[in-house]
Parts: sequence; C-alpha cells; structure tokens
Amino acid sequence: MRYVDELRDPRLIRSVAAEIARLADPDRHYRIMEVCGGHTHAIYRHGLTELLPPNIELVHGPGCPVCVLPMGRIDDGLAIADQPGVIFTAFGDMMRVPGRNGTPLEHQARGADVRMVYSPLDALKLAQANPEKHVVFFAIGFETTAPSTALTLQRAKALGVRNFSVFCNHVLIVPAIRAILDSPDMRLDGFIGPGHVSTVIGCRPYLFVARDYGKPLVVSGFEPLDILQSILMILRQLAEGRAEVENQYRRVVPWDGNPAALRAMAAVFELRPYFEWRGLGFISQSALKIAPAYAEWDAEARFAVPGIRVTDPKAAQCGEVLKGVLKPPQCKLFGRECTPEHPIGALMVSSEGACAAYYHYVHRLATAGRSDRCARQQPV
Amino acid sequence: MCLAIPGRIVALEPDTHLASVDVLGVRRRVNVDLVWDQGLAEGDWVLIHVGFALSKVSEEEAAAQLRLLEALGEDQQALEEVQGYIFDATD
Amino acid sequence: MREAAARLTFRDPLIELVHGAGGKATRRLIEGLFLPLLENPTLAALADAATIPLDGLRLALTTDAFVVRPLRFPGGSIGELAVNGTINDLAVSGAHPLGLLAAFIVEAGLPSDVLRAETEALARAAQQAGIVVLGGDTKVVEHGKADGLYIVTTGIGLVDARAELGPERVRPGDRILITGPIGDHGITVLLARGELDLEADLVSDTRPLTPFVAALLDAAGPGLRWMRDPTRGGVATALNELAREAGVAVLLVEEALPVRDAVRGACELLGLDPLYVANEGQLLAVVDPSVAEAALAALRRVPGGELAACIGEVRTEPAGVVTVTTAYGGQRVIDMLVGDPLPRIC
Repeated sequence: MRYVDELRDPRLIRSVAAEIARLADPDRHYRIMEVCGGHTHAIYRHGLTELLPPNIELVHGPGCPVCVLPMGRIDDGLAIADQPGVIFTAFGDMMRVPGRNGTPLEHQARGADVRMVYSPLDALKLAQANPEKHVVFFAIGFETTAPSTALTLQRAKALGVRNFSVFCNHVLIVPAIRAILDSPDMRLDGFIGPGHVSTVIGCRPYLFVARDYGKPLVVSGFEPLDILQSILMILRQLAEGRAEVENQYRRVVPWDGNPAALRAMAAVFELRPYFEWRGLGFISQSALKIAPAYAEWDAEARFAVPGIRVTDPKAAQCGEVLKGVLKPPQCKLFGRECTPEHPIGALMVSSEGACAAYYHYVHRLATAGRSDRCARQQPV
Repeated sequence: MCLAIPGRIVALEPDTHLASVDVLGVRRRVNVDLVWDQGLAEGDWVLIHVGFALSKVSEEEAAAQLRLLEALGEDQQALEEVQGYIFDATD
Repeated sequence: MREAAARLTFRDPLIELVHGAGGKATRRLIEGLFLPLLENPTLAALADAATIPLDGLRLALTTDAFVVRPLRFPGGSIGELAVNGTINDLAVSGAHPLGLLAAFIVEAGLPSDVLRAETEALARAAQQAGIVVLGGDTKVVEHGKADGLYIVTTGIGLVDARAELGPERVRPGDRILITGPIGDHGITVLLARGELDLEADLVSDTRPLTPFVAALLDAAGPGLRWMRDPTRGGVATALNELAREAGVAVLLVEEALPVRDAVRGACELLGLDPLYVANEGQLLAVVDPSVAEAALAALRRVPGGELAACIGEVRTEPAGVVTVTTAYGGQRVIDMLVGDPLPRIC
C-alpha cells in the first residue's frame, strides 16, 4: 500500500460519487465548507466538483496560512530581511507573497539575503554554518507546522545556537472556525475538517461545532476518495438529522492527536491575546507567540519591526468569500484588478487560496469565449 | 492547508531521532521526535511535513477504509441489479 | 491573434527573476516590451527559431542564453545544455542544424579546469549532434557577477523541405505526442542544488531532439503540424502557448502522461506539478490523427524514445484553454506558469 494510488481508484470513486448523488436531496442546496486550503487545492487539482451533484456547493475556508497573514506582517518580516548581516529564510510558499514593497523574491533580487528552506531545521543548520550571520526563520502555518518550529527552537536552545531566531506567525484553526460560525451571514451545512492539523490536535477540539452549532464536521484526508467519502459522511449525518464530529482520516489522525507535538508547542509558545487574520479581522486567542523562556530566539523581540497595519482595499470581498456568502468570481475585483500575478486580496496570494485555485482551475474555462481582441480593448 | 505526504522508513538513526524516508524513490532524512514514543521500525510508513514525521500511517485503517468503500460499491451493484430486474419484470 | 497579444504594455518598474521564468511574466516582457520596439513580421511569430527564405531554401536561426546553478548536475552540465538547447530550438522548427556560435561570459576567479570541462562537454555534445562550433566570443566579468559561467549559443540550420509547421496548421482532432517522461531535468537540477536535502536516482534528460524530428518527418510527413521542446514552464506552458496561438482547446489525459516515479515523488513532497517542471530533452508534437499511430511508433523506435506517448488531443472548445481529465472523470484547467515553480508546504 502506498496510500496514494489506492485512494484514486476510478471504480471506487465512481461508486462513492453515485452514493453521494443518491443521498443528496434534490430539493435542498448543500453548502459544505472545506476548512483547509489543502482540501481546496485537492478538490480543484482532481476536478472533484465535476463528480458532485450541482446542489452540493463546496465553500472554501480560511485554512491557508499564507492567505490569512496580514500584509503588515509580511512587511515586518521583510524589514528584518533588509537588515545587514541577516539571512532571511522562509518556505517556498512565502516567496511570492507581496508586501507593500514587493515580495521576498523581489527583496532578494534587490540584494537582501533571502533563502528558501524546506524545513525549519534547515534554517537552523544554515545558522550553524554561518556563525557570522544571523538567520531568521519566517514561521507560518497552523497547528500542523507549529510543532516543527517548536522542536527547532528547543534544539536551538539545547545546542546554544544564538545567531538564530524565529519570526512567529503561527495561527490556530479552531478559533477561525468559531469566528466563521459566529458570523451572522454564515450559511453552512457542515464542515470537511482539516486533516493534517488534526494529526496534532486530534478531533476533540471540534466537538463544539456539533454540540453548540449543530453542524456536522468530518476530519478528512486529501486524496479524492478521502474527500468524497467525507462529503458522503456529512450528507449521511444531515439525512439522519445528526451533527457529530467524525474521523474519516483514521489512518493518520488519532482521536486525541499527537501528545508529543502538543507538549512541544506548550513548552515553546503562548497564546497571543488577539491576532489579525486577513479577510476575517481580529480574532482573539487565534495565534501563537514565542514564550518568554525562548525570548532570545524571538525575532520580534530581537529586531525592531515597524508593526504597521496595512488594510486591504475595501473593494476586496475576501471575508464574504471566506464565509461562503460569495463565490470567488462574485467579488468585484476577481480576475480584473486581483489576479494571481497581482493579488490584492488574501485569497489570491497563495495557490491554495480559494480565489487563486478558482482562477487557475476554473476561471480560464469560464472566460475562454473571450478572444484576445476583447483583452486588447481593455485598459491594461 | 498543510502538505503532508506518506513515506516509508528505510533507515532509522536512533541516536539522532532521524529517519531516512522514501517517497517513490526520493529520499530525505526527517526528524522523528514526534512519533518516537509510538515505536518505529524500518518499513513503517509515516506522514512527512516540513522535514518532520507527524504521525504513523496505519495500514489497517487504510485497508478498513478501502473495504468499506468496496462494500458500498457492491451494495450499489446489487441495488442496480434489483432495479434492473424490477424494470425487466414490468416490461 | 498574435498581433492582438502584442499590444500588451509592459509597466513593471523592475525586472525580477520571474520575468525570466518562462511563464506569464516572461510573455508580458517579450510581448509588451521587446516586440513593440523591435517589431517585424519574422519576430512577431515568436517561434523557437526565425525562418529566413533564401534562394528557395529556408534558413533557421536561433539563440539562447544558458544560466544554470549548479553548473554540473546528474546527467549533464551547462556545456551540454548550451548545445542541446539551441539544437533543439532548430530541430522543433523542422531544421537540420548546420553550426553553432558560442559566447562565454566567465566570472573572474572561475577555475580554468571548470571552463575546460564545460568546453569539453560542449564539444562532446556538438560532436554527438553532428555539428561544429563555427565561432565564438569570451567576456570576463567581475567576481560575484555571473554564477561562474554563462554561455550563449546561436544556431543556424536548414529547414527540411517537408516541414510545414505552425500553430495555424493545427486542427481539432489532431493528436499530441511526447517523446518521453516529463520533469526529469527540472527536478534533477532542483535536487542538485542541495537546499532541499532530497536524494533521488534521477538524471537530466538533456539530449539532442534531432533524431526524433527526423523520425516524425519520415513517419508523419505533412501530417506533422507543430513541435515545441517544453523547457522552462514545462509541458503546461508550451501547450498553453499552442492553445492561445492556434485558438484551439488542448485536452490532456492525466493517466497518459509519462512521469517517472521519482519525479512524481519529488513533486508530491514539494507540492509541484510535473506539468510545470522543465525538460531539456523532450519534444511535444501535434500530428494529424491519421498518422498518429505511425508517428508514435516511429518515436518509440528512436533510442531513448521507448516511453513516448500520445497524451491528448486538440479540440475546438474551450478555445485557448488546456484541460486535463482524470480516469475518474475529474477535470481541471492547466493555466500558464505564473513564476518558477517553488516548493510549498501548504
């Protein structure tokens, strides 16, 4: 078993799709949110919407750490990158995300020492190999990624590596789900729960979704059969009038999560009282900062960052798209001012953002009729 | 939101809590601190994210999922056959 | 259609790396800055090689600059790329290469042995392709300026009398062929940089495509409509250019795409799509359906072409768009590359 090809078996996919079609009430419109950007990406990548009846609408949630990061935080990070003697490291995902004065790649082209890493441990290694420089790791990600940063900081402390620090932007998905559920214009019937976050936090933190808000949530894997099976499980709950937290992704998600990962996070991080999410606004206790015991490795404490808030243009309707009130192309800026090449709103900045995914995988089809002649007449 | 990929452990380095994992012939050393308590052996599959093994992959659970979905397919086939039979009968 | 595209205006204030990545930004730079200023009918075709009629013959002329880090990687090096890349631009224009010019831009401080090794690699590749280097130039720039070595090669060739190629000749129903597995070069170079700490038994696919072109011309004759070597930007970008320039739809079949396991594994780990990864020894060809089988068989008979495949076909709608379908009926649009593919963790 390789846990990939088996879960793309066309025969099984067709039979799950048929069962979904059988179970979906034709008189009802279903709005199901996949919280995680990885699911959004997989749904488009595998063309899964083609396999669903038209009355099942998948709403793309806030689970893209790159998308929800406010531009001000990127500017703060790049202000550190521009300082002499700094090697600034980030995941590939961040390299093309624009701040007010350009992306990390553009800062690199202008002379900043910006490097892409695959793992925070690689950034630490870079610090050990360059003792005359200070290496900053731009940490992003949800609970999936936070333990990796935590273990890296624990190792830096244990090894006494003092020319290394972390600019911490880790955020938590559960408060974001609650913020969406509390929004007055929320119209969702159920949730496809984040799979890889749940390997760390388990399934219990979602119980409030079912208990307090009466919505089904199914923690789901990322292969086509996983996602379709999760949709089927949600439909079954709805058909039977149940609202429960279920675990479709049992092959990697333990109900109680990963205790070692939770311990590492608790040792290294503490909750921020509040944090701004691009598109959703301020959400209390929704992000992590580095605990005082690790202050020496906290880039925010070490460097004076401008800390300026940059608000998105009012015309960008990211919040409405995030809550499922609008579909990406219904935003006034979509595909015009706001494109993957020149993103204005949060959801266009990363390939797993709802708008970027929609743009790459669907939008071109919708606009295919427009010839280049029309494009020429538009002011460019 | 988080790209994590199953890989098979091909070598374990107990001293450093590192393991060599293989994804379709691509190998990388990953940190296995987060799954060390669960007991690891060569040949085990782990879920890899940013150079760390996040969890062990359970073959039993994966097989159970596939069995469940197989059964679903068989039920449908049975249903279709029954419907086809009824259709024939009323023809 | 191309005239319309040429009306793009280039307003980016700075040239960034993305403008050289072979995707949308590159297209904007070429069509919005270079093309309007250098306007002429030959250039407007934006072909892999320019074709110049001369005494009833057609000369093909092309130039390419080679910039690669590291200079050597499994299966090749900059010297080989500099020959094969330029030969391949001639080959996909239906031309038999006649000769090369090579310019070396060398960073002061480069060990002479490296320059010698790369020149040897270049000579070997030229010999293998049966052409000679007719001239060249050398410039040395300050230390820290040129990643060791850049090479610019210019190639001249004679277009085969049988070759009538161009996007305007592509028809709905035509088949799309590829000479072998995709993504080997891009992934090999990415891993050779060592930053990702990944290992795989992969080698670059750099090779001259001339034998494949000869086989196609023999097998398909006038049924051969269009060819391109999908280098930077990968198969996705090359086929998007085809769809746009020919005003057709391109439909790919996911299962038919030849991709080596290790390329697939690296792409899964790094969140990349093999369709966007660079190749240096593959050829995409569009052929008439009546000769598709013969053309594919001919490609497979060329040494190194055993894994050639028919990967899709040309359709009418949706015009200008490339889509890929999966075995289970899913479908997605393959857009042009926006920038160099970057590994992602999300």
